[in-house]
Amino acid sequence: MKFASLLKQPADWMEVTGPHGDIVITSRVRLARNVDGVPFPGWARTEDRVAILEDLKAKVESLEMMGDAFSEELSKLTPIRKQVLVERHLISREHAAKGAGSGAVMNSGQTLSVMINEEDHLRMQAIFPGLDLKGAFDALDALDTELEKEVNYAFESRFGFLTACPTNLGTGMRASAMLHLPGLVLSDQINQVVQAVNKIGLAVRGLYGEGTEALANLFQVSNQHTLGEKEGEIIARLEKVILQIINHERNARQKLREENPAKVMDHIGRAYATLRFSHIIESKEALNHLSMLRLGIDMELLPKKWAMCVDSLLMEIQPAHLQIRAKGKLSAIERDTLRAEILRDQLKSLPEPDIFTKDEQVSSEGEDLQPPESELDDE
Amino acid sequence: MNCDVCKSNEATVFLTQIVQGQMQKANLCEECAGNKGVTDPTGFALADLLAGIVAEQRQESALVSKEKECPSCGFTQADFKKAGRLGCSHCFQVFGTGLESLLKAMHKGTRHVGKVPSGVAKAHETTGQVAEMRAQLDSAIREERYEDAAALRDKIQKMSERGSTTESRAVSGAKANSLPTDEKPESEAL
Repeated sequence: MKFASLLKQPADWMEVTGPHGDIVITSRVRLARNVDGVPFPGWARTEDRVAILEDLKAKVESLEMMGDAFSEELSKLTPIRKQVLVERHLISREHAAKGAGSGAVMNSGQTLSVMINEEDHLRMQAIFPGLDLKGAFDALDALDTELEKEVNYAFESRFGFLTACPTNLGTGMRASAMLHLPGLVLSDQINQVVQAVNKIGLAVRGLYGEGTEALANLFQVSNQHTLGEKEGEIIARLEKVILQIINHERNARQKLREENPAKVMDHIGRAYATLRFSHIIESKEALNHLSMLRLGIDMELLPKKWAMCVDSLLMEIQPAHLQIRAKGKLSAIERDTLRAEILRDQLKSLPEPDIFTKDEQVSSEGEDLQPPESELDDE
Repeated sequence: MNCDVCKSNEATVFLTQIVQGQMQKANLCEECAGNKGVTDPTGFALADLLAGIVAEQRQESALVSKEKECPSCGFTQADFKKAGRLGCSHCFQVFGTGLESLLKAMHKGTRHVGKVPSGVAKAHETTGQVAEMRAQLDSAIREERYEDAAALRDKIQKMSERGSTTESRAVSGAKANSLPTDEKPESEAL
């Protein structure tokens, strides 16, 4: 499969809404595996890495469940193409910085992807829409079991799967969910939630993982322990916590709607106005405003039909996606201008909802327009 | 009192946090506190910070023992201190014991209980059982239940023999786990 066809095809998780899809964007599971007796990528010489890449790449490509895979060495991808893969969460930022001796293989639906020679020889992930960590794990577990027949994994009874960094020993599994939490952010409860989650051995991170900022009110919640607990137990514990966070977010939204409807409408209205009429807009600002539109859709203040458009914009306005569209490298100001243009065009194509022009809060306005039937009868 | 991180400046920021029912304390100087984001309450988890400090301390104390080197890839303890990563799968046999305390701070347990590759499943099971029986044996000796201890010793011996005949990748791991023959505590106690 060519890069162009991979790009044209939106990822499966972008096309469908999964369980709790209004709050949980995706569920991801990744497994770290290494080849026994071969130096880990960070310690290996380039020629060793090239050799192991060649071997593993062929083995991963030949797996039936990878189907018509996109498979490439990172040295053969332009920086913009690598960045697109990062924006689609198919490879990590660290992996995108790699060159000779590293590679990536992914299936056409972009549900399964395998990084070769990242920090470990193999970093494989499954990404599913909504809250479905179990589904993602099962898919990846099947891939792992198939690959295990071909690759001599480094495994030891005491430490489990051996990984370069001791933080991944044992299962080598990191499970995470991407949560959209504007309600908790607007009501200033997010810090409490983050702290509470940290205290029970889970981590909260930004949009692109470790050390990244929380953009668009998106937060990744993941397990920190990988040793001393079974995969199923880790996932069950994580899912339980995520369900609680979902509950908190729903309550926060409900409370905002009841206690401060004007504030909610103001945020959504300003976000719409900025996106609809600006001519230069940075990605951070645009993402945060799109988050507000998504909140408006979820709270049924904006038409449900907008969801598709807003979700695809969240991806399309990111720097590398813009440059692929422009078919070349763009300066920061060129990107900000093109981003604003796309946003204006897209939002113009959607009928302007009347809630922005109404003075009163919209609630059950449809019923008020028609007098009750009994009155009609009397006349 | 000096800062836990840089160990040179006077500590002026004192942090206490309860993590999973355990109290953790950190003493930091103003500069390190700023660098670690402590002053910004939004992006800070003491657990993460402590894991880092503890890891550094453990690695340092491990360094005091003479410099070990992985015979397979040439990785040394100093390299681990620098990178926080190991060199290859064989490094775990060389540095494994020194890792225990670090892992305790990092993980839920220090022993793998999850998925096992099908090729090594049998051997892994045996190793797990042997480890458990060894623990039972130790307590039997401590409690002076010598009859139980003798029975356990024989069982372990039998299982270890069976394990060593199984051709599998886990065997090297299993050997690393079991005590070397000249150190068998049960023979001395009995």
